[in-house]
Amino acid sequence: MLKVIRMKVNGSLKELAVDERESLLNTLRTRLGLTSVKMGCEVGECGACTVLVDGEAVDSCIYLTVWADGKSVLTVEGLKKNTGELSRIQQIFVDEAAVQCGFCTPGLIMSAVEIVGEKKSYTRDELRRKISGHLCRCTGYENILNAMERVVKEVSDKEIPV
Amino acid sequence: MGAVGKSVKRVDAVAKVTGQAQYTADLEPRDILHGKVVHSTIANGIVKRIDISKAMQVPGVVKILTCLDRDLPQYLFPTAGHPWSVETAHQDICDRLILNRRVRFYGDDIAAVIAENEVAAAQAARLIEVEYRQFKPIVTVEAAMKKGATPLHKEVRPDNVIVHSHMTMGGADFRYEQARRTAAKEYGSEELTEISGTYETPRISHCHIELATSFAYVDQNGKITVTTSTQIPHIVRKCVAMSLGLPEGKVRIIKPYIGGGFGNKQDVLYEPLNALMSLSVGGRAVRLEISREETIVSTRTRHAMTGHLRALVKKDGTLLARSAEIYANNGAYASHGHAVCANAGAVFKDLYADRMGVEEDCYTVYTSSPTAGAMRAYGIPQSVWFAECLTDDIARAIGMDPCEFRLKNCMKEGFRDPGNGITFHSYGLKKCIEAGRKAIDWDRKKKEYDRPQTGPVRRGIGMAIFCYKTGVYPISLEAASARMVLNQDGSMQLFMGATEIGQGADTVFTQMAAETTGISFDKIYIGTVQDTDTAPLDFGAYASRQTYVSGMAVKACAEQFKQKILDYAAYMLEHASTDMARTVYAEEIASARRTAVRSLKLGKTEKITPAMLDIRESRIVLKKNGRQLFDLAVLGDTSFYSLDREQHITAEVTHHCKQNTFSSGATFAEVEVDLALSRVKVTRIINVHDSGRLINPQLAEAQVHGGVAMSLGYGLSEELLVDEKTGRTLNGNLLDFKIPTAMDVPEIEVKFIELEDPTGPYGNKSLGEPPAITPAPAIRNAILNATGVAMTKAPMTPQRLFEAFQSAGLV
Repeated sequence: MLKVIRMKVNGSLKELAVDERESLLNTLRTRLGLTSVKMGCEVGECGACTVLVDGEAVDSCIYLTVWADGKSVLTVEGLKKNTGELSRIQQIFVDEAAVQCGFCTPGLIMSAVEIVGEKKSYTRDELRRKISGHLCRCTGYENILNAMERVVKEVSDKEIPV
Repeated sequence: MGAVGKSVKRVDAVAKVTGQAQYTADLEPRDILHGKVVHSTIANGIVKRIDISKAMQVPGVVKILTCLDRDLPQYLFPTAGHPWSVETAHQDICDRLILNRRVRFYGDDIAAVIAENEVAAAQAARLIEVEYRQFKPIVTVEAAMKKGATPLHKEVRPDNVIVHSHMTMGGADFRYEQARRTAAKEYGSEELTEISGTYETPRISHCHIELATSFAYVDQNGKITVTTSTQIPHIVRKCVAMSLGLPEGKVRIIKPYIGGGFGNKQDVLYEPLNALMSLSVGGRAVRLEISREETIVSTRTRHAMTGHLRALVKKDGTLLARSAEIYANNGAYASHGHAVCANAGAVFKDLYADRMGVEEDCYTVYTSSPTAGAMRAYGIPQSVWFAECLTDDIARAIGMDPCEFRLKNCMKEGFRDPGNGITFHSYGLKKCIEAGRKAIDWDRKKKEYDRPQTGPVRRGIGMAIFCYKTGVYPISLEAASARMVLNQDGSMQLFMGATEIGQGADTVFTQMAAETTGISFDKIYIGTVQDTDTAPLDFGAYASRQTYVSGMAVKACAEQFKQKILDYAAYMLEHASTDMARTVYAEEIASARRTAVRSLKLGKTEKITPAMLDIRESRIVLKKNGRQLFDLAVLGDTSFYSLDREQHITAEVTHHCKQNTFSSGATFAEVEVDLALSRVKVTRIINVHDSGRLINPQLAEAQVHGGVAMSLGYGLSEELLVDEKTGRTLNGNLLDFKIPTAMDVPEIEVKFIELEDPTGPYGNKSLGEPPAITPAPAIRNAILNATGVAMTKAPMTPQRLFEAFQSAGLV
């Protein structure tokens, strides 16, 4: 049975008929074509599918789409400005060479957005804990942490799309 | 010019931070069918009967293939990501079918479901009933080599031993036993110390974050087409063709962006099955996304190896001889197996200059457990674990500083492997050791930590060294291609056969192309997708070969391309008053000609030749003084549309590489060991690399970070456990198989000793795999320094450490 839900996705309102068993990961990828949301394990272990639901980072593979009814979802596709310019968080990831294969990148960027939204400052060690739900096999996390530190210092929550 | 050696940003970084980069699963066509593999639930046996009747009743099921189907292709094929050999003796072992009736490990592929949706496919897969004739699982090397053990591949290897290689250093007939007797006579037994021990490394999983995934369909030319997450599209084409009994031209492989591979995708995985699934439904598109659990168990793993080692050393610290008997657990299918253990043996003997020699026996053995294949550094993490644990145990036994011992005995400048001729052209090993020694303050800290320690937390310092060749010549074929095409605006399209899998290959190729052609870095557009219908030939991302071998192809192609541009530029300048005078560029070229004639003081009859010209930052300039003549865009536009001399400027080169060189380096680690908790905290880790000239220092450093973390993983936490009774993998998921998180990795320090390698296209040599080699043994040696406990088995988990500390009386 399909169920009709309404949610805001990257700023625009979507009305969708979804299977009640469907994960948000599947809805975003296959119904809405938002393929930045990556599948790496499907059981909430790797963090590649992280998106923000009402500003909070969730593993979309273990989050049912019906739970997002009435909520606001943000993915990496929603970050780039209309001018085509990268958001500062994205630019910092580029500049710090925090990107290698890129498969964990969208999820980590969404965690960075969440962290900025918290309006708190974190030490490098605290940031290690904050991103420990994201597995990355390429970077040893070194440059990701460099990027995260800069994000916390330099990016204001006013720069984040709602 | 000058693009090589700069930390330019990755060419694919923007696509990756915006989600524009499309990986295999992002490209699936609509209305695709869903595939699901059915795996065996026994480790060793034969499928007697499969009942698919219940499964076929699940709504949405389209087709079920099983290993008992009469029309299943019966062509045995290899899967190793090696170029196929035209010499029978060097061909990879053909030991598997697409679906196998003879089950050889718990998780073998015995059937596949195709359905309209994922849920139906999964439900049907569960409803398939299988009856087996079971044999006893033979999970370990010992069990598989025991007399009377069931042969896993009766026709191919009746004794389960895939290969036994006997290797020596110090002459083909060198024997360790003989050397012992000779040494005793020559130096007196009281001058000698002998060390022996057994050291072990774990079976681990690559854990690339993107799964092994593909989809297949028949294209408009009637080709079976597989879009797949692979490091080796051209090799996959060959093996898919072999598996289906098709000519290669009927097979097309497309490789998009890849979310990491680390060697697992240097193997033909599920592409043959996926191709067969599509063919079985009339060429409709079928997707086959292998789950994380399946990827861990049923794709490839890193070989667990056991090394029985001996070393003979003089009390003054001269290493006389070593012997090694190495056993590699290859699992159910050959894959790369035979080559990996031989590679391990090669580095074990090369790394030190034993005065008398080295004798080795390397065995690669089939067992009924998950198949081992290539993984980052291809046997060398194992052999360096052996060599470097042994080295510290020797140094400790004779009371010598392990750093001094290495400096005295490690492989020397100008080393040439007597077996394969691979030569250490630019030698930075000792410089790496010295640089790391200084950076970590070795001499002072070693002295401090050598003093008797008390209390629950002990501190120590350790190191390890490695060498690593660059590419596979002369063991296997080395060839790579590049193609360059000029656009109207003077920019370049760059096509490589080599694959970007996350390491930054596309970026460094672009830098190289800019360096050699003179076209600006940002005016070179590289295609990241390799489609075997259009991509030039290259064998792919492995053996840390691409920057070297494919780099040679870029350089050779760029030289040709540039020459064609300069030829055309000279034509334009020479025809300034004729052909060019009729074009929109008449004035610009006439003025450029005047500049050239004046600046070079050319006489009336003297011609402007290509040799007088150069390209810098996308402008045609005078070679002599850099005077700018005209923009490459003018040339691009003219060459495209000239009514007098139209020319599409392109170049394509396949470079057959017949060179190799060694990279080397060292890791220095400092640890705090909490005895009661038996936990190791790495407080400092420094990797020093001798990788020739760096093409992109920022990316090179990032490559080292990832390698260090990977080595920490197998050193401290990663081990795939296979139950000996059932052959079932016990921790085949990311929760129970522990790869490092951000909380587990310390700050990683990276240093380079940059020496120009004379054989590298830009003075460079291997870097991709080397960082993953030495951190684990360096940490092991630091634990030894801290506690006096010599661990022999990786990973050094708290449980293993606790047991070792307990037997040493420390806890």
